[in-house]
Amino acid sequence: MADGTIGLWTVPLAVFGGAIRVSTPFLFVSLGECITERSGRINLGLEGTLVMGAMSAYGISYLTGSPWLGVLAAGLAGSLLGALHAGICSLPRVNDIAVGIALMLFGTGLAFYLGKPLIEPTAPRLPAIDFGWWSDISQVRAALRINVLFLLGVVLAPILGWAFRTTRWGLLIRTAGESSDSARAMGYSVLGIRLRATMVGGFLAGIGGSFLSLFYPGSWNEGLSSGQGITAVALVIFARWDPMLCLWASLAFGGAAALGPALQSVGVTSGYHLFNAAPYILTLAIMIITCSPKRTLTGAPAELSITR
Amino acid sequence: MIIGETPLPEGALGVDALAVTMKFGDFLALDNVELKVRPGSFHALLGENGAGKSTLVKCIMGYYHATEGEILVGGRQQAIANPKDAHALGLGMVYQHFTLVPAMTVAENLVLARDDVPAVVNWAKETRELEAFLARMPFKVPLKARVSDISAGERQKCEILKQLYLKRRFLILDEPTSVLTPAEADEVLGMLRAMVVAGDLTILMITHKFREVMAFADDVTILRRGKLAGHGRVADLTPDDMARTMIGAEELTVQPARSGEVTAARLELDKLNALDDAGAVAVHDVSLSIRGGEIVGIAGVSGNGQRQLVEVLAGQREAESGEIRVIGEVYHASREEMRRHKMSLLPEEPLKNACVGGMSVADNLAFREFDRSPFASGGWWLNGAAFRDDAEKKIGLYKIKTRGPDTPIAALSGGNVQRAVLARELGGDVEVLIAANPCFGLDFAAVAQIHAEIMAARNRGAAVLLVSEDLDELLELSDRLVVMFHGQFVYEARAGQTDLTEIGRHMAGH
Repeated sequence: MADGTIGLWTVPLAVFGGAIRVSTPFLFVSLGECITERSGRINLGLEGTLVMGAMSAYGISYLTGSPWLGVLAAGLAGSLLGALHAGICSLPRVNDIAVGIALMLFGTGLAFYLGKPLIEPTAPRLPAIDFGWWSDISQVRAALRINVLFLLGVVLAPILGWAFRTTRWGLLIRTAGESSDSARAMGYSVLGIRLRATMVGGFLAGIGGSFLSLFYPGSWNEGLSSGQGITAVALVIFARWDPMLCLWASLAFGGAAALGPALQSVGVTSGYHLFNAAPYILTLAIMIITCSPKRTLTGAPAELSITR
Repeated sequence: MIIGETPLPEGALGVDALAVTMKFGDFLALDNVELKVRPGSFHALLGENGAGKSTLVKCIMGYYHATEGEILVGGRQQAIANPKDAHALGLGMVYQHFTLVPAMTVAENLVLARDDVPAVVNWAKETRELEAFLARMPFKVPLKARVSDISAGERQKCEILKQLYLKRRFLILDEPTSVLTPAEADEVLGMLRAMVVAGDLTILMITHKFREVMAFADDVTILRRGKLAGHGRVADLTPDDMARTMIGAEELTVQPARSGEVTAARLELDKLNALDDAGAVAVHDVSLSIRGGEIVGIAGVSGNGQRQLVEVLAGQREAESGEIRVIGEVYHASREEMRRHKMSLLPEEPLKNACVGGMSVADNLAFREFDRSPFASGGWWLNGAAFRDDAEKKIGLYKIKTRGPDTPIAALSGGNVQRAVLARELGGDVEVLIAANPCFGLDFAAVAQIHAEIMAARNRGAAVLLVSEDLDELLELSDRLVVMFHGQFVYEARAGQTDLTEIGRHMAGH
């Protein structure tokens, strides 16, 4: 051990480190989507929001030199896309899923267009905290270098869970999502609540995007997201619309995604692509186990277009 | 409220609606209607579906703005722009459809209903205050339970408690007892009546149950087709007077007398089990045999598994275990079996369960036979003329009010959608008929016609299973009655040998 090699322990360590790295964007997008869906709307456009967030964060970080301003810009860009989604969905006879798909294409397209000049330059990146200072082993230090956004996300998940239970806004969001008739009968504007919930959801998804361009992989290119936004939307469903479960689901998904590279690093190369597919196999397996044609999803907000 | 104005009187509030006219486009929903509810009185508002009762109370509550006329609260004219204004004046309403959020607890629902929900809710303090409030109230509800887990009766009590919690002094109840057993209805209305007598509350109740009007109301106002048809003291009126005022000169279909012989068993259920959407057991070991020429009624408070039972019989839900036999053969609810056994189905919410809303009346009328002669040649080429001819015949025979056979069926009123389904299902020979709440929300004329058709099918020798939440309907039509409670059949009696009280007791699980 003294020479810094830890043998097969590399795999779980790499999976741990990878889980944290890979899960961060999933965590933010799924928490954002959790808020939006609890208000009774599905925003599939978060894939576009994620890419748009990545681009804005990279651009602003490059221009101002402050990665945190980049994160803020990503959040604002995300809320603008959220407002657009909610605004279009407020019109009569508009389907939120169709609008989401349109905004997914719009967001990615716009980001690619505006981001063309950003592929070359290097922007300042987000900091990480070194929790592995006590160890001499490089793999341990690498795994314990934890990015600040992840920590923010970890704090945010229980706060959201608490807010859904005990704050006025949490109760209103749930009311709008569970029974729009009740919300209207109480004199609240369902469209207004959903607009705000979708904007906050977009804000968080945008921050998730900033992680991609400012921490890991840490640059701007067009293949940055490759469907992570959509995957995070699906994560919300199997996290049963519970913010804490979103955290665990993101971590499980991140860990599964880190399995392939981790095995490769210790020399297991056969079936590399199979291991890379682990997150998707995991998703399928969970979906098959937990879904049934005979019953509705437990915990699903009653106003969602997929459950109604 | 204007500052400096003298405040409204304490205690129960009176509300008057004077010369109210309400137009929706060309349609005159209310025509110069007057309603005077004395403070501290229990007032019943009667009328058929579409008579304008809901429109009138929605004008009072500020959901609609009357085209003409004025609303007086506590003797003073008020401009009620929206429901919040009405709430500020102390007016409240309990809706026919529950406005509680099912996925939330009772306590959450109560706190949420307040106008001043705190930004951060201190649940320990709120729970203490709610418990103190409940201790003063005549009925109890479990605060910590989720609304989806409590019974319909408890939900209705919650709705009423919510209004009292909000300190309403004038309460509008829209068909408040439609989901309650007769005993529960008497309990709830009795307690509200006591609050009215004590001078704390005025109640305006929309209903169609004369029994409740006679037992609890002081005054009654009757609307017919948007006009004031009559009003007066309940003590001076009989149910017959009120019914005549409601219906007017319209002639009702006469129900044929019971006749014919009871024959062999046509529909048999053997230890049938089915789950609900949440995966819980909804129908538990249900066994029943219905013979030709008899109507078996299934009574029960909504949500005790009746819906799932009918869905299994209709092929909309798979049974978990057990067997259904029709005329001795095992039945799987396939279209072929339904046709062979001449089965007919009148499901509840016909527009949702028995029709395709966007398709024409003619198409909907032909669903059972559309791929056979004369509607289709060779089983695939549809003959539009045959659809229209058949539809026109049935539209005439069953008095379906529609612009024409090509109108989408969703454009028809509830009564006419049900008439169309009736025409399709009862137009030919019927051996087995399954009907679920066939008259829910329909006017007298439609109800009389549907009852007559069901009785006629029985007299022709059909085995009829009638699931209904309306006990009067069941007692009127059934030969035999079964009560369903928590998914099981708990009581059975011949119709002549039981009464409302006895059935009500079993519906409540006692």
